[in-house]
Amino acid sequence: MDALLLSRLQFAAATFFHFLFVPLTLGLSVLIAIMESKYVRTGDEDYRRMARFWGKIFLINFAIGVVTGITLEFQFGTNWAQYSRYVGDIFGSLLAIEATAAFFLESTFIAVWALGWNRLSAKAHAVTIWLVAIASNLSAVWILIANSWMQRPVGYVIRNGRAELDDFVAVVTNSYAIHQFVHTISAAYILTGFFVMGVSAYHLLRKQHTVFFGKSFRMALNMALIFSIIAVVQGHMNGAKVASAQPTKLAAMESFWETRQSAPQYLLVIPDEKNQRNHLEWGAIPGALSLLAYHSTEATVKGLKDFPEEDRPPVTLTFVSFRIMVGLGVLFLVLTLIGWFKRNRLEESPRFLRIMLYSIPLPYIASEAGWTLAEVGRQPWVVYGVMRTSDAVSPIAASQVMVSLAAFVVVYSLLGAAAFFLIARHARRGPEPAPVAIVERRD
Amino acid sequence: MLESIWFILWGVLWAVYFMLDGFDLGIGTLMPFLARNETDKRIMYNAMGPFWNGNEVWLIAAGGVTFAAFPTTYAVMFSGLYTALMLILFALIFRGVAIEFRGQVDHAGWRNVWDICLTVASFLPALLLGVAFANIFQGIPIDEAGIFRGNLFSLLNPYGLLGGVFFVLMFLVHGALWLAVKSEGALHARAVALAGRLWIGLAIIAAAFLTATWFYTRLYDNYLQNPLFYMVPIVLIPLGTVAALVMIRVYIARGHWWRAWFSSSGVIVGATLFGVVGLYPNLLPSNLNPAYSLTVQNSSSSPLTLKIMLVVALIFVPTVIAYQSWVYRLFSGKVQENDLLEEEAY
Ligand code: HDD
Ligand code: HEM
Ligand code: HEM
Repeated sequence: MDALLLSRLQFAAATFFHFLFVPLTLGLSVLIAIMESKYVRTGDEDYRRMARFWGKIFLINFAIGVVTGITLEFQFGTNWAQYSRYVGDIFGSLLAIEATAAFFLESTFIAVWALGWNRLSAKAHAVTIWLVAIASNLSAVWILIANSWMQRPVGYVIRNGRAELDDFVAVVTNSYAIHQFVHTISAAYILTGFFVMGVSAYHLLRKQHTVFFGKSFRMALNMALIFSIIAVVQGHMNGAKVASAQPTKLAAMESFWETRQSAPQYLLVIPDEKNQRNHLEWGAIPGALSLLAYHSTEATVKGLKDFPEEDRPPVTLTFVSFRIMVGLGVLFLVLTLIGWFKRNRLEESPRFLRIMLYSIPLPYIASEAGWTLAEVGRQPWVVYGVMRTSDAVSPIAASQVMVSLAAFVVVYSLLGAAAFFLIARHARRGPEPAPVAIVERRD
Repeated sequence: MLESIWFILWGVLWAVYFMLDGFDLGIGTLMPFLARNETDKRIMYNAMGPFWNGNEVWLIAAGGVTFAAFPTTYAVMFSGLYTALMLILFALIFRGVAIEFRGQVDHAGWRNVWDICLTVASFLPALLLGVAFANIFQGIPIDEAGIFRGNLFSLLNPYGLLGGVFFVLMFLVHGALWLAVKSEGALHARAVALAGRLWIGLAIIAAAFLTATWFYTRLYDNYLQNPLFYMVPIVLIPLGTVAALVMIRVYIARGHWWRAWFSSSGVIVGATLFGVVGLYPNLLPSNLNPAYSLTVQNSSSSPLTLKIMLVVALIFVPTVIAYQSWVYRLFSGKVQENDLLEEEAY
């Protein structure tokens, strides 16, 4: 294996792992901030206990998010030196802005929040978690602007043998970034909602802390329901964006080989990548693909065969990840709608609670599938139409990357196991005792 | 001009990173030598608990600014120092996780594992950061295409290792003094005594490093060739650094722990800036041929990017300093034993 393939595997492993923790940070920070605000407004001790209980899980998750993010920040230099040199003028500044504008804020105030329960007034304490929530979501804005520039490069000129910034406003207002942000944030809030509902369902099934977890469940349900709707509706707009920015990705995610006017959407497709066709195409909805991609049933959709072979992404992986994500997205909508009707008599529906408990992993799968679609579907380009991934890699020995990749796999497996163990243990334990006891202990 | 402003900012970010994370790394390394029991250990963890994460972001910012302002340097430096950097990154993973996970389970074996991780993962970055910077001062083997022609072992040359030891000692003194500020009783007394002893080592190694720098690097050329231009840095930086080193001793003797710690910060910042000013206009000198060196001119971003980033830096860096200072003030008290009873304590 060469340094290129190893670097790709390493980058993929590192980002996938990082993104196992990112969405819960994005969503839970907001949910906890809402809980604490409710406590400040109503004085209801339950909300304070909720913030503390979910907060502890948040801190464990956050720690792993931070340490795995740092390795990513430097991997552009270690493994993608040619890339960094070629696009650093634009891409590097976006990462630097993310660090100075967002990371400082979230990493500084997370500690104040975690340790400040007795040092700050209730109001000031709630402000600190809002700062964390705003900062982590702001960090997502900047990293996604950076990623969107790779998906749809704008505002640059090729000068001095590299891509140089030409129009900063165009980079920051990239329409691709706006879609990517709304979509990723929705994914994160869905994931958080399902996580909180799942853990709450565990306790509700055992009929323990029912008031506490009933409230948590309903807050999470609202979050998941709203953003499931947004994800499905806006996801389709995302598809249209992909169609215009990256026609090769669109063709790959639909496994669409022959160019056609008024292209149909098939309900069931089995791709046959080797022979450049599909084993099976079933259940055509006439004109639907043209409609989704170009807002007209008459539009022409270009098939994979009309792109040079060296410009086509891996079809099967792109296609499958897209189907998994969309399928799960529809399922989330159904589950949250059912939940909405059962929200006031949750304990009478053990079957539904059990389904919600076992659904915790599903949004994780959907999110990772979404990134697989976005990143693998962009191949063979690292910056679409501008730079190929194969030209981006560092001039380093494969053996070095082999060793570091092995280290990533081992260390991240251990970390993942430790984090899973701690989060599961804490989730199972339930909240701290009722408020009276706390007041006594403090005095 | 813009490139030179960014060069200064680049140096300042690294200096601030070393000054802040330096005491965390020092405390982590000193844990087995200073802590006699579980309470001591927890006081040491809590002495850095509220700060370590915010401190580490200065590293991310320094890396990010290298990427944004000098992308070619970022590319060559981090791919060239691949293995050393990976070791630092993995160590930082273990250190962060050790601090956050140790207190989560009440079990001696669990805690021991994380204590060992903390110590190893604090010592290693301190050493390797010193090795890396000493090698940068000295020049590294990069060819005309910007390809690094050495390996991890060629970095572990005598001057590089001396730089590593110098950094470790700076951070140990810094960490011991931070603990002196934050603790009481027997632990405090041990930290003070150790800081005093380490100080002697630091003074000797600092002298050795400065002497070796004369023979191994060209850092002094800048100071000698441009006496007028460098008048201010010459007066301020080397003399200031030496003065700060002396003041550590004075303040330890007088029992002014905060001032001793600030003096030690002065040593770290001064030593870093001394090297950085000496490097100018190089960011990454090549020891194969000076023409291959990466400089502020041939490795920087476009003027537009530098301008935009300058605006960003001028807005956010002071803001960050303001709120981080507030946080340091909020948690400036000594860590006391009854602080450890709080559920959220480390
Ligand atoms: C959509 C969101 C998102 C995405 C796609 C990424 N990250 Fe991330 N990152 C976050 C959202 C985030 C966050 C929510 O802000 C984190 C996660 C957990 C946390 O503590 O902060 C974070 C932490 C985090 C940190 C530590 C920051 C700190 O100390 O506070 C770094 C250096 C990075 N990330 C860098 C990256 C890089 C280089 C990425 C690209 C490959 C990346 N992240 C993808
Ligand atoms: C966190 C979610 C992300 C995941 C799960 C992810 C996943 C991946 C995967 C699987 C690849 C390899 C694709 C292939 O080689 O076939 C890749 C490549 C890459 N991604 Fe991402 N990515 C994520 C976010 C980002 C972001 C936010 C950026 C930049 C801001 C980014 C930058 C890159 C770069 C530079 C590569 C180059 C290597 C390559 O194309 O193989 N990624 N990513
Ligand atoms: C059913 C509705 C959905 C549709 C039509 C849809 C559509 C899309 C499309 C077209 C992309 C590719 C964008 C690109 O290549 O840049 C994408 C990416 C992605 N999807 Fe979805 N999606 C849906 C639901 C979901 C759900 C439910 C989740 C997670 C809970 C999710 C998570 C993601 C993520 C994390 C990405 C990568 C980030 C991005 O490119 O925006 N999606 N989605």
